[in-house]
Parts: sequence; C-alpha cells; structure tokens
Amino acid sequence: MSERADRIEAAFAHVFHPSMVSAREGEQEVRVCAATTCAGSGAGAVRDAFRDELTRRGLQQEWRVVETGCRGSCDQGPIVSVEPAGVFYPRVSPASVPRIVAETLVGGRPVEDLLYRHPDTGRPVARAADVPFLLGQRRLVLALAGRIDPASIDDAIAHERYRAFVEALIADEPDDVIDAVEESGLRTRVGDPGSVGSRWRRALDGTHDERFVVCTADEGDPGAFADRTVLESDPHAVIEGMLLAAFAIGARHGVVRVRRDHAAAGERLRGALVECRERGLLGRDILGAGLSFDIEIDAAERMLVCADETALIASLEGRRAVPRIRPPAPTEAGFRGRPTVVSDAVAYAAVPWIVRNGAAAYAAAGLHEHTGTRVFSLSGQVRNGGVVEVPAGTSLRRVVEDIGGGARPGRRLKAVQIGGPLGVCLPATALEAPIDDLAAGSSSLVVLDDRTCMVDLARHLLSISQREGCGTCVPCRLGTKRSLEILERIVDGRGRDGDMELLAELGTYCSQGTLCVLGGNASNPVLGTLRDFADEYEAHITERRCPAGVCRALITYSIDPEACTGCTLCAQRCPAAVISGREGQPHVIDVSGCTKCDICRQVCPDGAVRVRSGVSQAVAPGTA
Amino acid sequence: MELTIDGRMVKAEPGTTILQAARSAGIDIPTLCQDDRLEPFAACRLCLVEVEGARGPVASCAAEAAEGMVVRTETDEIVEQRRVLLDLMLSDHKADCLTCDRAGDCRLQDLAYRYGVETSSYAGEKREYPLRDDTPFIVFDPSKCILCGRCVGICDEVQQCHVLNFAERGFPAFISTSYGRSMVETTCEMCGNCVSACPTGALQDKRSRHTVRAWDVEKVDTVCPYCGCGCNLTLHVADGKVVRVTSKVGEGPGGGNLCVKGRYGFEFIAHPDRLTRPLVRVDGTLTPASWDEALELITSKLFEIRHEHGPDAIVGFASARCTNEEDYVFQKFMRAVIGTNNVDHCARLCHASTVTGLAQSFGSAAMTNSFADLEMADAFLIIGSNTSESHPIGALHVKKALRNGAKLIVADPREIDMARRADIHLRLRPGTNVALLNGLAHVIIEEGMADDEFIAARTEGFEEMREAVRPYAPALVEEITGVPADKIVAAARILGTVERAAILYSMGITQHSHGTEHVLAISNLAMLTGNVGRPGTGVNPLRGQNNVQGACDMGALPNVFPGYQPVTDPALRARWEEAWGVELPAEVGLTVTETFDAIHEGSVKALIVMGENVMLSDPDQTHVEEALRKLDFLVVQDIFLTETADFADVVLPAACFAEKDGTFTNTERRVQLLRKAVEAPGEAREDWWTWCELAHRLGHAEKWHCTPTQAEIMDEIARLTPSYGGISHRRLDKEGGLAWPVPDEEHPGTPILHTERFARGKGRFFGVEYKAAAEEPDEDYPLTLTTGRMLEHYHTGTMTRRVEGINELVPTGFVEISPADAERLGVVDGRPVTVETRRGRIETPAWVTDRVGEGVVFIPFHFWEGPANRLTNPARDPQAKIPEFKVCACKVSPVVGS
Repeated sequence: MSERADRIEAAFAHVFHPSMVSAREGEQEVRVCAATTCAGSGAGAVRDAFRDELTRRGLQQEWRVVETGCRGSCDQGPIVSVEPAGVFYPRVSPASVPRIVAETLVGGRPVEDLLYRHPDTGRPVARAADVPFLLGQRRLVLALAGRIDPASIDDAIAHERYRAFVEALIADEPDDVIDAVEESGLRTRVGDPGSVGSRWRRALDGTHDERFVVCTADEGDPGAFADRTVLESDPHAVIEGMLLAAFAIGARHGVVRVRRDHAAAGERLRGALVECRERGLLGRDILGAGLSFDIEIDAAERMLVCADETALIASLEGRRAVPRIRPPAPTEAGFRGRPTVVSDAVAYAAVPWIVRNGAAAYAAAGLHEHTGTRVFSLSGQVRNGGVVEVPAGTSLRRVVEDIGGGARPGRRLKAVQIGGPLGVCLPATALEAPIDDLAAGSSSLVVLDDRTCMVDLARHLLSISQREGCGTCVPCRLGTKRSLEILERIVDGRGRDGDMELLAELGTYCSQGTLCVLGGNASNPVLGTLRDFADEYEAHITERRCPAGVCRALITYSIDPEACTGCTLCAQRCPAAVISGREGQPHVIDVSGCTKCDICRQVCPDGAVRVRSGVSQAVAPGTA
Repeated sequence: MELTIDGRMVKAEPGTTILQAARSAGIDIPTLCQDDRLEPFAACRLCLVEVEGARGPVASCAAEAAEGMVVRTETDEIVEQRRVLLDLMLSDHKADCLTCDRAGDCRLQDLAYRYGVETSSYAGEKREYPLRDDTPFIVFDPSKCILCGRCVGICDEVQQCHVLNFAERGFPAFISTSYGRSMVETTCEMCGNCVSACPTGALQDKRSRHTVRAWDVEKVDTVCPYCGCGCNLTLHVADGKVVRVTSKVGEGPGGGNLCVKGRYGFEFIAHPDRLTRPLVRVDGTLTPASWDEALELITSKLFEIRHEHGPDAIVGFASARCTNEEDYVFQKFMRAVIGTNNVDHCARLCHASTVTGLAQSFGSAAMTNSFADLEMADAFLIIGSNTSESHPIGALHVKKALRNGAKLIVADPREIDMARRADIHLRLRPGTNVALLNGLAHVIIEEGMADDEFIAARTEGFEEMREAVRPYAPALVEEITGVPADKIVAAARILGTVERAAILYSMGITQHSHGTEHVLAISNLAMLTGNVGRPGTGVNPLRGQNNVQGACDMGALPNVFPGYQPVTDPALRARWEEAWGVELPAEVGLTVTETFDAIHEGSVKALIVMGENVMLSDPDQTHVEEALRKLDFLVVQDIFLTETADFADVVLPAACFAEKDGTFTNTERRVQLLRKAVEAPGEAREDWWTWCELAHRLGHAEKWHCTPTQAEIMDEIARLTPSYGGISHRRLDKEGGLAWPVPDEEHPGTPILHTERFARGKGRFFGVEYKAAAEEPDEDYPLTLTTGRMLEHYHTGTMTRRVEGINELVPTGFVEISPADAERLGVVDGRPVTVETRRGRIETPAWVTDRVGEGVVFIPFHFWEGPANRLTNPARDPQAKIPEFKVCACKVSPVVGS
C-alpha cells in the first residue's frame, strides 16, 4: 500500500469505535423500528416494554434492544424483528412483549398468533425475508434501513459505510467516481429527471473553483416519503454519497434541504453530521487526504415548487422559491451563482453502493434495458403500504399487487397515481408499464380503488399545483386556475358541454408554455384522466352523476329498507335532521335537505345506508 | 452568425437572444415581461416562438440565437397560444380602458388589439386587492397587474432597493412590499423606475393621473436639470404644462432609469412662485419693472462703477445650472464687455480642487471614464461620495457591477447607502483622506502589488510618492483615521490585485482646506495600480450639478478661457482677442470665495449673479450676507426669488431648463441637447438673451457676434474651443450625447481619457502629506460637523422644495447625530437642537442614527430654515480656493423647552 493509503486507512481506523456498535450481525438483538410511521403507531412504548421485560428477567446483558430505521412495511408498524433468527412481528403492542420475550427470545420459537399472515393464504410467515412485501424487493439503497441504529455512526461503519469513500480517497481519481456514477445510469428525480453522473461532469466544466453539493429531501407532495425514510434510516448513506460527490467535483460545501415537519429525518441527519464532524469525516482535511467538506442543513416548509432545481436553489439562498430560466443550468451557475449538483437523498444514498460494487453491478440491478433500482413510497388504498425498492423496469402490477398486496379486501383496483400533483395516473389496465422515470420530482405511488372519483382526484391534484405554483408564469398561474374552476364546476354538477375540450386545450397550452417543472406538469393529472377516464367526466357532465359516489353534488343517499333495523343511530347523528323513522322501523332520508355529509353511512351498524351515483329526480318532501 | 427568422436571414452577434435578433431585423415578437434594462424573466410566455428541432415552443426573450437556427414567430399554433395567454391575462385584469390613464400607452391593450382578444372567455374569479394610493408619486392598482414582474426586477436588479416582490403563491399571488407597508415606509427611493417598467396601468405616476389622455400629450426629449448625471428626460406636455416625465429606455446615462428628482421633481416649472417680471429695488422694496427699465438701470450702474472703480470692481458669477451657451455668453460678457476676468461659479465650491489637482497629475480635470464602462470594473473605491444619493443614476452602474460580482470599498465617515452595500467600509474621521489614501498606497507598494509596468511606461515622480507614503503604515493610519488597520490592508489587497478598479469620488475629497492634495493622493493610487485609461477603471470625480462640467468647460472660471485656455497665456489670449474683437484682461480674476473677502475689503462694488444662490450655498452665511449688504449693486437673475435675490437691486426673471434649447455637459463630459418644451412664464427670458442685450447696451453691438439662437452660440464655441470642435446642435440632435474631446465633426467623442497617454504626457505622482483640517474639535466645540446632500432635495432647494410630493417625503432639514452623542447631550430623536460653530448657530430637528459615528454630526445644506452654511468654515485650499465645507468644529445642545 502506498503511503497515502496507509495514512488514510490509519485516520479512518480512528474514526471507528467498534465497541460502540449496537446492531451486530449474528448477535442476539431485538430490533424495533423507530422511524416515523412506526414511532407514530407506538414503537417507543414497545421498545420500553422490551427493555423493561429484559431487565425484569435479567437478560439485558444477553439481549440488546436496538432502535433501527425503517424496514419499509409501514402499514404493519410497530415492527419488531428478533435476531439473528430474523423472526418478524408486525403491529406489536407492549402487551404482547412479555410473550415474545418468553417464547421467542428465551424459548427460541415464534409466537404464532403474533406473526404476519400471508395476505393470500392467511398462513403465518415467521421470517422477515419471507414477507411478500420484502420478498419482491431489491434493496440496494435501503440495504441498511431497518438493520442498523441510524443514530450510531459506528453501526454504519460496521456495515461498511464510508468504505467506498475511503477507497475513493485512496485511489485519488475523482474522475473514476464520476465515471462510475455516470456509467451506473444513476438518475435523480429532481428537476428534469436525469443522469446524476453527467450533472457532476458538467459541474466540473465551469471556471469557478467553488462548487456546491445540494441534496434535497423536500418531497413536496403528500404520499412521498422515500427521502425521509433514507434520512431517518441510514443518514450516513446520504452523507457518504455527498462526500463522494464533493470529492468528485471538488466541492467544499454541501447543503441538505429537509422538510421542517420531517422532524425525525432532520434530527437523525443533524446527529449524523455532528458525529461525522467529531470523527473527522466532515470538516477540514478529511482523513488527512486533503479534501475539506462540510454539510449544512436547511430546514424549510414543504414546497412543491422546489421540485424545480432553480426554485430550490433560490429558496436555499434565502430568497422566494421561484424558478428561473435556464440556461444557465445549476451545474453552471447554481447555489450562490456557483456550479452546483442537485440530487435527491435517495440518489446520494445509492452512490456509495455504486462506487463499492461497480457501475455495472448497479446497472445490472435493473430489468431489461433499465438500470439500477427505484425507490418508491407506496400508499393509498393498498393492503401493504410502505417504502419499496425494486429493480428499475419492474412492472407497476408487480409492485402494486405482489409487494403491496393489491387493493384492500372487497375493493377493486382502479388506478395508480405516480408522482403526486405533477405526476401521472395510470388506469388498472395499464399496470404492465415498467417503473422507471414515470414521474418527476416525487417518489409517491398512490393506489386508488373504485371509491376514487378520477375527476375529483384531478381537481384535488390540480388544486395543489395551483396553490403552490410560484405565481409568476401566466400559463401556470392563470391556466391552472381556470382549469381548476372548470373542474370545480364539473364536480359540483355544473359541468357544461365543451368543458372537456376546454380542459384539454388549456392543459395542452399550459404544459407547453411554462417556465418550470411545476407548470409544465401541473396539467398532467387533468390530461391523463381526460384520456383514460373520459367516461367519468362524461357521467359528471352529461348524466349528472359521479360513478365513484364521491362528488356530493352528484350522489344521493338513501336507506335500504330491507337492511335497516331501525336502530335510530343515523337519525340521532344526522346534523341536518333529515332522517326520520320509528324505532325498529326502516328509516328514510329526506334528500331535499341532505347535506351528504356521510355520517349516517359511517355510523350505520348494518350497512343499510346506500350511496347512489346521480341525483334523484325532483322528489317532493314526504312523497318518497 | 446567421439564423433564419420567419424565412429571413438575420445576422446576430453571439450571445444575443432570439428576441433581440428578431427585433434587429424589424420582426416584432410580442412581450410583456421583457425589459431591456432587466435580465430575462420569461414569465409572460408571449414571446414563445417555434424553433425547428426544439422540444416545444421556446421563450425567445431568454433563448440565445444560434447559428443556423430556424425560427418562426407567428405560426398558427403560436398565435393561438398567444391568444390563450392573453385571454388568460384578461381574465384576471380590470379592463377599465375607458378611464385608464394608460389607455393608448398600454402594452397589454396593444397586444389584445393585435391578436384580437376582445374580452376574456373565462368568467372566473378575479383577484381583488384594493388600490394603493399611499405615496406622493406612485399609485398601485393590483387589479390591473398582470404579474409580469418588471417592477420587481427593476427594484431588485437595477435600483437594488428590493422594495417589491411577489407575495402569496398560485393564483392569489400579487406584488407587494414587505408586510404590505406603504412604499414610503420601506427602503423605497421613490425613483418610479417601477412605474416606467409597468406595461399596464397597474403602476401609475400619481401626479399625472386623471389629467390627460396618452394621445393628448406632446413629448419633448431633453436633459435633466438636477445633478451631474445628465439623464435624458422626455417631458410630457399638455396645455403648455409639463405633466409627466419619463426617460427612453436605452438612451442617456440612465438608460431609461431616473431618480425621484428627475422623474417627479418637475412641478417647480409651473410653480406660482416663478419670477415673471423684472424687479427693481425702489425705496428698499423690490418692485416690478419693465425689462427696459431694469436693463437700463443695470447698464448705467455697471457703466458708472466700471468708470469709477475699474472693471475689476465688478464680479460675475456664472451658473452651473445654465446651458453651455449661456455660460459662454456670460463669461464673454464679463471678459469682453466689462473687461475683467472676475468670473467664476459654484464649481469653486465643489470641484475646484479636482481642477487644480487633476490638471497637475493628469493634465485634464474631468471624469476619466463613462458610467457605462464603470460596469466593467472588478472593484470600486468610492471615497467621499454619497453616490446613491448625490448621483443616483451613476450609482446604478456601480450597483450593476456589484451584482455581477465586483467588490466595493467605501471610504466615508457616514454609513451611507453605498457603505451598506460595500465589502469593506472604511469609516474614516472627516478630513483624514490623505492619510487613508497614503496608507492604501503604502500597503500596495509594501506587498508588491504596484503595477510596475504602468508606472514605468506611463508615469513620472514615483520615487517622490513612494518616499512620501513610506511612513503611512496601517497602524499609523489607523491612529489618524480611526479605520482599523486590517480593513486598510484588506482594501489595499482588493485594489492592488483586481484587473480593473475604478475610483469614484466627490466632495468628501474636494471640499477641504487641502482638497487639492486629496485629489493628488487619489491620482497617485490610480496610477500606482495602473487603473487609468481602460474601461472599468479611472479617476472619476462625480460633478454635482447638471452643467457644472460645462460651465467650467465654457471658461466660467477666473483663470481660463473656454476649453481651459489660460488667460495668462499671451498667444491664446491673442486668439480670443481676435475672435471677440476686443482687448482682454491678462490677470487672473477673483474666485467666488475670494469675492466676498474683496467686497468686505471694498475692492469689489458690483456683483452679477446668474442662477446661483450664494446665501445658502457658500460657507459662513453671515460673512456672505454682510458682503451682499455692503455691495453697491447686486444683480440676480434666477427663476425664483432666492435668498440671494432678496438682497438684489435688480432681479431678472429667467427661463428654466424646460423653456429653452441649449446644451448641458454632464459629469461624464457628455454634451447633450436640451429642447424647449414649454413657454417661460410671463416675461421671463432665457439667460443668454440678457447678456447679449446688455452687451449691446454697453456699446458692444458691432463687436458682439452672438446672434440670437443657442445653436449659433454653440457654433461659435466649437470654432474657438478645440475640445468642443466637433459639437453642434444639429449633430447632437441626430446622434445624441457626445463626450468631449470631440475635435472635429467626424470624431465620435472620447468616453475614456488618457488611453494612450495622459493629457499632460506622463502621469505625475506627487508626494502628499496628511495635514489636519483647518478647524478641529476642541473643548468648546467638541463635535465634527460635516455637510452634504440628500437624495430627495437638490442644492439650495429652490426647485425641489417647490415640489409638493418631495416636501411630503422630506419636509425639512435635520442633523444626524450618533446615539452615543445624543444620549450624552440629552438630544432626543425628532426634537429640535441647536448646532453652533464659531461662525453661527442654527436650530434643526435631530435625527439620532448610526449613520454617523460618535463625534461626528451631519447636516444637509438644502434647507433655508436650518442653513448648514451658517455654520461652515470658509477656510480655503490655497490652490483651489475651495472652502472646507466638510469639516468644522461644532457643539450641539437640545433646544430648551422643546
């Protein structure tokens, strides 16, 4: 080994404190997911229950309780796994902890009734690896998510974090790093989705010697939480990715935009940065290799418009988040006017894997002509939601049905909405489409079932874009507003002939003529649903009914006299007092006064309240 | 390179946008958000064009033209797209064109007409924000705003006051100040450049609202009468009155931008206080008289005094406010008719030391570079210039360079606006400029940053200078100036290392009893760093008044004929004697400042003042007042009855800038044409007419070649003044302004001086020593008083104080005093205080502010009710005779009972 290598390795050896590793492969551990969703469903109490129970039994030396990041199957939280056997317990409550300790930890056998049940067969699944949700995935970026304590840099290093960086420093060939990232086909979701490596290369072209590495975890739309998950579960992957970027392009400063409401992600990252600085992985002359780099966190409110890189940069600079025209691209003049590379957290987290395992290995992870993996947050009306990493090119159907378990019982899968307000809606018939760059700026994949009105969905998504646009460019500010007004009247039962054509025209002109990613894509949900769900629009406009039974102005509530037992609950709760009927007798709704608040349907113990698509013909009160 | 636009081959320079290329070929691509003064914003999307091979329509305002590009600007698809966009814009626009002032001058209206969009097809929600009518000059109606962002852009990129921005997101977005405050409560400078950028009726000039339709005004292009920037104005005239002022984008020093005075300070023109008839003092009272009576009285009195006391008993003050032609005629009158070189003007009070200093070091005493090329500077040293207030448009060019990354060093005792923008603010004690400049030179030499090549090739006297600055190590300079040594070193390193550094200075340098030496120290620094003779460099004295440069050029000085030809040079004098047909005096005459002493001594008996207000503008008011009272005869020609005219025996009503033709020469040496827009009130006459008339009456009819048009006077000037040789009204009318020297009709003018060689051959270094100001603070007068200008008001206030809105903004004067001094003295912000010096005392409200450092107070000199010059020290620079306005000792105390 060269002197340089020795020096760097020696310095890196000082960084690692093996005694402080908490998650150790092959040892006895109870791993409790402590990421946001699990924490929200009570993981903290479960962790305490394990610690108490182990202490009570005097087992605290033999069994460690480790708080980990997210395993992905967020719908099943709080999640616990017992290592090294890998026994997987979903929806654990503190009450079941003593049994798990007694039977699994001490007895070495699973508690069958607490195990995960296979959605199709109903049979218990004991090992995490066999849970269908995880089975269909290829976790490269998320490899350590759920396996280590994200608050411990030593856990990360014990699992080979910063190895890629150290090796890159030793090799001292920044171009090789760029080559690897470029050849791997790694893509970022920010801005116009594009090659991460080629952006790095372009950033090198400038004359400035000051460059910036920007990472954004501002997933601006509801239903997107992949970046959050990575930061919460493996923040050092992101830091290492940014370090490699800094090394590759010669940057001294990095910035990470995190959402202020993603408190856990921000805290994890902040803690990880502090540890990195303390151990000399950030700061001046890192590992004595001559590279100086540090990362600051910029916490801000969620901003959809920051899906555009230039708006993000303006916001990071403390200005109003307004996109600007390109050229110059951020790689030429970005943050503070200097060449800047911008990627999402997931993309940075993939870089260490690529540098360690080679561009070809990453590329080969994709199916067919697709390269690498894609990380999505799967949510909506699906059985198993969560964060999913699959080979690029995997069909949507596989993600939704095999991993997500398909629609919820009794419901029919209708469509998949990818990429939030700026994304696309694919009907159930189009689910063979491969997952690749289906949507800009967002990791969300929302499953919709037959209770979703596609017109109302389009209205909802457009209202988000309309509200969040920067307000400068005319097609976006006014075009989306007028489109929204048309959609509002359609869902309100006031649609007119020609509205569909008007929407199509406006949508087309607006998406052609705007300044940024937001304006250019804001009409996607409208244009997509117009194309694939024209019949629903027509039903709203010409038949004055909402086939999904969602749009209040176009549905009618009634009580099925056969099913109604006359329990009076609905009449008691009706805020408009339009339900009448004697106790024990079928009740009747006076539709002329019904506000369609849906409370009666929700409270009916017998499922007797019916929602009919369409508005009943004028019915005089009392004659029904 | 070449591209095809709408089937035509169009040539374009690399870097031009498609829009610019199209416009150069006469192809009109519609725009709303584009403004030549701004970086492309590309928000209105109207300029979308089709480019072969592009993914979709391209915003031509932002996209660069490329070789071989094929562009179509009016395809059916593009036209339809524009209709949809206009339709959308109109759907959220209050289309009250029937009563809107901008109708006929509205870009949105033009485009709706062009594309046949009569009304919007969308009957949706409109944003409803109330009309803002809460400033003296600007009205904002958000319901007409199409959010093109031009006002925001002007305020951000050009004016850089950052007053306006978009508020809210999405559809409800609107333009607002921060927290929706009135613009007058923000950092707004009321320049109205936002109004000039607005393509609709959203932002309007309040003063012309509901007064005249756009098509009923006559527009006359002329030059601003205020500071030395010389911005081009377009006067909008209706019913013989100026109702609005604009400036053509891309023309003149401001390129379409103006300051509050230029844009809104025009109401004085038609003010009822204007002098409309000659006044003659009868039994101690100024009484209306006929021109004939007034001129006859002047003729007889001048004749009599000259007869009894000789021609040198008469002094004439020319004017930095009048045209070149008028100043030429005036000095010719004094020299050829009266027979004295006793002619001077207020340049004595502002840049006399520039004239004496730069003449010695460079051989030419004027700004070396133009505003436009200052934008190429990598660094600026602004010393003793409150640029953004005194030369607001000059400051815009500096600000633009700063936006592009230039560094700024400001040396000023006060934390002026430019100091806040500076990378380094050197807050020196008033009067210590030489120490600071020597200190900078010291560091540059010590650290090997001097431009040896330039010094060797272009200069002489370097050794003398090097020896002189040797003792000025940063530590010593810190002791003298109060500026921390590390800041001096940091500033020196910027100046010593950048490719192009420009020095801007003004009266903080010149108005000192050692002003000439201050100027020499500046030229030393410029030569030391090789920053002369190239774009983005130079020594740039910013001249204070609209035509102070021209008045000097025209020989309104006691020692030179027009074009700086010394009166003492027999050969040159002979030329003028031949031209004017009379024998001319050979002795240098009296300066302004010397004149008052001479009156007191009794050697001067009569004073002729053309358009100056010495009572407020000259130091030691009491001394001036006593002199005016002592005179046998005082003639004042002005547009208002000024504080000086109050003492006159004869007052002559003059025409103002809007009422005459002629030329002004701005601080860049750019000679520009005035055009008459309105008639002078009553019997007011153009100033030059008076002196021609008097020349005739004093018996010079035959020898007096001046004929009654200013164009012909300029022809005479051009014949006799080499630097103006190629200037004529015809040429200026056709070509716009020309920077002298313009030796002949073909010469394009000289925006940059000393490019190949200095005017005197080699640039001359001078070793200069720091000398303390004439009067320093002591026990009795413990504070240092410094004086100057402010943005809103101008000079002695005769014009701006007759503009209602400006008075609303700044109703009265004040004294700036530091919080520490205020607390020690019991001075309360806004309450009246007494400021007293050895020469007098005034009362004025206190403004307690950090702008001044401890121990220093500042008073603007515009206000008759609190005249700063009752306090100032008339101590003079021995060479330039400029008084020390900038430093004297004073004391401040709260007014008892206030």
